[in-house]
Amino acid sequence: MSAITRDEVAHLARLSRLALADDELDHFAAQLDQIVGAVARVSEVAAGDIPPSSHALPLTNVFRPDAVRPSLTPEGALSGAPAVEDDRFRVPRILGEEE
Amino acid sequence: MSLIQKTAAELGALIAAREVSAVEVAQAHLDRIAEVDGRVNAFLHVDAESTLAQARQVDERLAGGENPGPLAGVPIAHKDVFTTADMPTTAGSKILEGWRPPYDATVTGRLRAAGLVILGKTNLDEFAMGSSTENSAYGPTHNPWDLSRIPGGSSGGSSAAVSAYEAPLSTGTDTGGSIRQPAAVTGIVGMKPTYGGSSRYGLIAFASSLDTPGPFARTVLDAALLHEAFSGHDPLDSTSIDAPVPPVVEAARQADVAGMRIGVVKEFGGEGYQPGVLARFHEAVDLLESLGAKVVEVSCPAFSYALPAYYLIAPSECSSNLARFDAMRYGLRVGDDGTRSAEEVMALTRAAGFGPEVKRRIMLGTYALSSGYYDAYYGQAQKVRTLIMRDFEAAFQQVDALVSPTTPTTAFPIGERADDPMAMYLADLCTIPTNLAGNAAISVPCGLADEDGLPVGLQVMAPVLADDRCYRVGAAVEKAFESRWGGPLLSRAPAL
Repeated sequence: MSAITRDEVAHLARLSRLALADDELDHFAAQLDQIVGAVARVSEVAAGDIPPSSHALPLTNVFRPDAVRPSLTPEGALSGAPAVEDDRFRVPRILGEEE
Repeated sequence: MSLIQKTAAELGALIAAREVSAVEVAQAHLDRIAEVDGRVNAFLHVDAESTLAQARQVDERLAGGENPGPLAGVPIAHKDVFTTADMPTTAGSKILEGWRPPYDATVTGRLRAAGLVILGKTNLDEFAMGSSTENSAYGPTHNPWDLSRIPGGSSGGSSAAVSAYEAPLSTGTDTGGSIRQPAAVTGIVGMKPTYGGSSRYGLIAFASSLDTPGPFARTVLDAALLHEAFSGHDPLDSTSIDAPVPPVVEAARQADVAGMRIGVVKEFGGEGYQPGVLARFHEAVDLLESLGAKVVEVSCPAFSYALPAYYLIAPSECSSNLARFDAMRYGLRVGDDGTRSAEEVMALTRAAGFGPEVKRRIMLGTYALSSGYYDAYYGQAQKVRTLIMRDFEAAFQQVDALVSPTTPTTAFPIGERADDPMAMYLADLCTIPTNLAGNAAISVPCGLADEDGLPVGLQVMAPVLADDRCYRVGAAVEKAFESRWGGPLLSRAPAL
């Protein structure tokens, strides 16, 4: 069974925001196909009525008092930014030219 | 005995008694790093001046009558996946090259509060994804027992630093075995605490429901002291357990298994396991019996499906967590020439900044979570996770602790599995069930495999919040083996 084709990897790469080169697509297609084939073994387990677990321990929501407390300064928050302008993150255009 | 060969407990006592200064101890370790790390490559970042300044501060605190605890002045190597405000934090990735976080992780802050002196940041598989440290963007780390072999992973820089006497202690994180496996293959002690027992705040996330910070050391007691120093409830981590830290130091000192019921997991061992690993494991089981433990065989049938379940759950969580590396707020940005859109820049940056294993896992996770496949893959893996938790629950009704080999093989040669992901994933076969169930497990040295003379680890698994049992069994095994061997296993490692 060939679960993962080259086209499928290209689709996954687009969803994952990874601009992969052509040779990477071929390489990953073969590897992902092998990995998916191996992990598909989970389907052998009869688990129809078993509840899924997203976590090992029971989770309850944790609240803190809605009080002002020290946090990052604007300078600190921007300290690792690739580009900064007027105390803000400067980013490439998000909308098309004509929008 | 030179300062670098002393245990953390010994160093802490000497420093507290002012018989040696924290500065002298730090300098001895900096000298060792300068001498051997060119060959080992355990560290990504060392700053001698900052290390000595931290040590001077500890000496001043002690001179002022302060008592920060038993590890005050002891040097530590810190895995480069915890944020540090005064040092770069890369997670072994090009996408974070040179990044200086604006804040300290909780674990980092607690190390400082306990007076530990941070020598530097250690190498790891990129974003802690891997079992060999070959996936680091900054070159592989070498196993001090044999420099042509892997030191385990993902915390391979941390295991190598401690086994090469570059540091008496180090931190690690364990998502599928990333502390226990590197400890096993370098002949040292590594502990994965109960999930939620140590804080994830400021730990760069890989798989949030599995990631667990823990200690590396050359003795079980040292690991317990470090465990105690950085663990415990953290209001900044929503999955942190609000309960006291289990009595790990007391248990490490107790070192007694008389009357304990210990289960051997039937599903671990056999095909795919190196004979020398199994031989040392069976010796360790006999040893436990001779020390007064009652040993029985326990079956955990769902463990056979832990590896495939893990390689669906962990990549799924990783694909979501690593979406934050978007080239907008911090880290690398590539291709922003004024004509490209944010989305194009994002995709170019991620392609340039992530290595092959991270790309594989992001795409695998994206696949497992995508509509049409979700139920068959991610959903089914979550059900297997429930079954694994039930297997542990049933086992711990019969026994106090479970044992297995930590890894199926000893350290393999660098490059051997580098482009064979499935072969690499098998290194985590015995360690993964504990991550999926959230309970505690330790790896302690149990000898050298006959075939290659390389270290073998014994894994001891205990129930959630019974971390102390890992230390109790681990310390008993350590004590008995060291009296048989005439010293620690690591003393048999070739000189670097």
